[in-house]
Amino acid sequence: MVSANLSGTSANLPGDERMREVGSVRKLLARPEFGAMAGTLLVVAIFVMAAGDSGMFSAEGTVNWGTVAAFLGIIAVGAALLMIAGEFDLSVGSMIGFAGMMVAIPILEWGWAPSLAVVFAFACAMALGWLNGWLVIKTGLPSFIVTLAFFFILRGLSLAVAVMLTGKTILSSNGDVVLREAMLVDPVVSALFMGHVFTDLFDTLSAAGWMAARDDGTALAIGVPKVVVWWLLLTAVGAFVLARTRAGNWILSVGGDANAAKNVGIPVARVKIGLFMFTAFCATLFAVLQVADAGSAAADRGLQKEFEAIIAAVIGGCLLTGGYGSVIGAAFGALIFGMVQIGIGYTSIDNNWYRVFLGVMLLIAVLFNNFIRRRYAMGKQ
Amino acid sequence: MSDYILQLENISKFFGPVIALSGVTLRLKKGEVHCLLGDNGAGKSTLIKTLAGVHLPDKGQYLIDGTEVRLRSPRDALDAGVATVYQDLALVPLMSVARNFFMGREPIRHLLGLVPVMDHPTAERIAVEKLSEMGIRVRDAGQMVGTMSGGEKQCLAIARAIYFGARVLILDEPTAALGVKQSANVLKLIVKARARGISVIFITHNANHAYPVGDSFTLLNRGQSMGTYAKADISKEALLDMMAGGAEMKTLMEDLEGVTI
Repeated sequence: MVSANLSGTSANLPGDERMREVGSVRKLLARPEFGAMAGTLLVVAIFVMAAGDSGMFSAEGTVNWGTVAAFLGIIAVGAALLMIAGEFDLSVGSMIGFAGMMVAIPILEWGWAPSLAVVFAFACAMALGWLNGWLVIKTGLPSFIVTLAFFFILRGLSLAVAVMLTGKTILSSNGDVVLREAMLVDPVVSALFMGHVFTDLFDTLSAAGWMAARDDGTALAIGVPKVVVWWLLLTAVGAFVLARTRAGNWILSVGGDANAAKNVGIPVARVKIGLFMFTAFCATLFAVLQVADAGSAAADRGLQKEFEAIIAAVIGGCLLTGGYGSVIGAAFGALIFGMVQIGIGYTSIDNNWYRVFLGVMLLIAVLFNNFIRRRYAMGKQ
Repeated sequence: MSDYILQLENISKFFGPVIALSGVTLRLKKGEVHCLLGDNGAGKSTLIKTLAGVHLPDKGQYLIDGTEVRLRSPRDALDAGVATVYQDLALVPLMSVARNFFMGREPIRHLLGLVPVMDHPTAERIAVEKLSEMGIRVRDAGQMVGTMSGGEKQCLAIARAIYFGARVLILDEPTAALGVKQSANVLKLIVKARARGISVIFITHNANHAYPVGDSFTLLNRGQSMGTYAKADISKEALLDMMAGGAEMKTLMEDLEGVTI
């Protein structure tokens, strides 16, 4: 439809001898997520060769690394959109620990209903996200500095508040109240954040002999964990907003050139503060799902997650200076992460090589993405 | 009804102890190209920002269509039909032509009658159409602005301002960073804009660019206006002479023996 319109217009114009046809392959190469997609294929190929017969790509193996990817993928959506808008948030990991505490403490210490505690945690975290963004905008300081401060403040607060109120840093029960059970009986929390979907489908498949089964006939892989559903949903929404909506155009312009955006009347402060709040939302979602999964909150949860989220976004094609990137790319970045982190255990390679692999991956991804962007998106040599 | 679409009467602007503008009067007739000339530090930027609604003048009057206005933001100026194309052009290099064209004023359609989304097909069609009216051929509206030449970017910024209803176009040194051919294209564009009834304030320090397209000329020096001249009343040489501050130029010429302009 687009091309029909365009060719209709250009038919009236004289040809430009300085333009050449750009093929669909070049167009694919020009997409910011191309590097991450290629990287994912590469990583899959490596592990199929190194660990293809170990069960890594069986249903339960896939659920295994898919879950790791999903947790990271959730915060990578926030990190990617924020990075495209030209800022980044180092307090994501600390926010995960803090938000987990804000779920567990009200339930265990104050006897709140879990659903209310979850709403409270989201409200607290998003208020802190607002504060992060407001300080960045008002002071004009780099977000690196402001969120580095909150990296320490929130980690310290999680520890200090937990110890002050409960005397412990890992909370799973208080007297008769057990965190996991309390969350399980709350219909809203258990429906949204706990358990699996497609359990019946998996059981049917294993009964038919398509998937590994337990002794009682149910599937070895229970189902698709809800965290995966959240990840896919959030990625789809994020990608849609960025590509198709007015807000997406604003995010790109604010990150591309904040001054230009301001001059054409885009509310730069509102866009950036909103994205800091969204990043905090993602961190809280991570925390709630993790607390529900583990049955406990701990002050040291989410350690280094801010870096992992940023790495996933960068592998996914986000430019550190803003204005360019892709939410879908960040999802592929998270997928690479999950596969490498869990996949190494399936191979004979020592686990200690995981970080080495990751660092090398990051470096290659950035160099490759830079090359692709210059060569195909900007048309330079 | 006033003959002037836009008037600054005796405008002064102070920044602390600095007198940036002192009693400047500038009157823009409907459908004319009015050149504002002055060397660096003459107060051109302050004058533009006053026109564009960034600064409120400390003294004097700002009139649009003969009515006094107090513009509190660039948005107010845009709503009154006064659009400013700054030197940085307010373009984002890593965004497509269509996205840039509609930056901040995205066309909206509703997906399934519900979800508001940016209308990319319309945006692309209009961007290509408006640019081709300006003589810029863009095959792919998804092309990044960073791949365009300086002159094309300037045209994009001007086409955008005109499309969004500018009656007065303020161009801040549009030819400053351009080569000879591209400057000529921008000058042609200014003439095209005038032919469409748009009034233009063309800021430059290059009299060679100003003289061929300008209908009248205001010279600014050290925050003061040195007068406004219709084209019939002043020659290019006189313009150059006044701009450079006559005597100063003469001294310079003597220093640089054998150089003529």
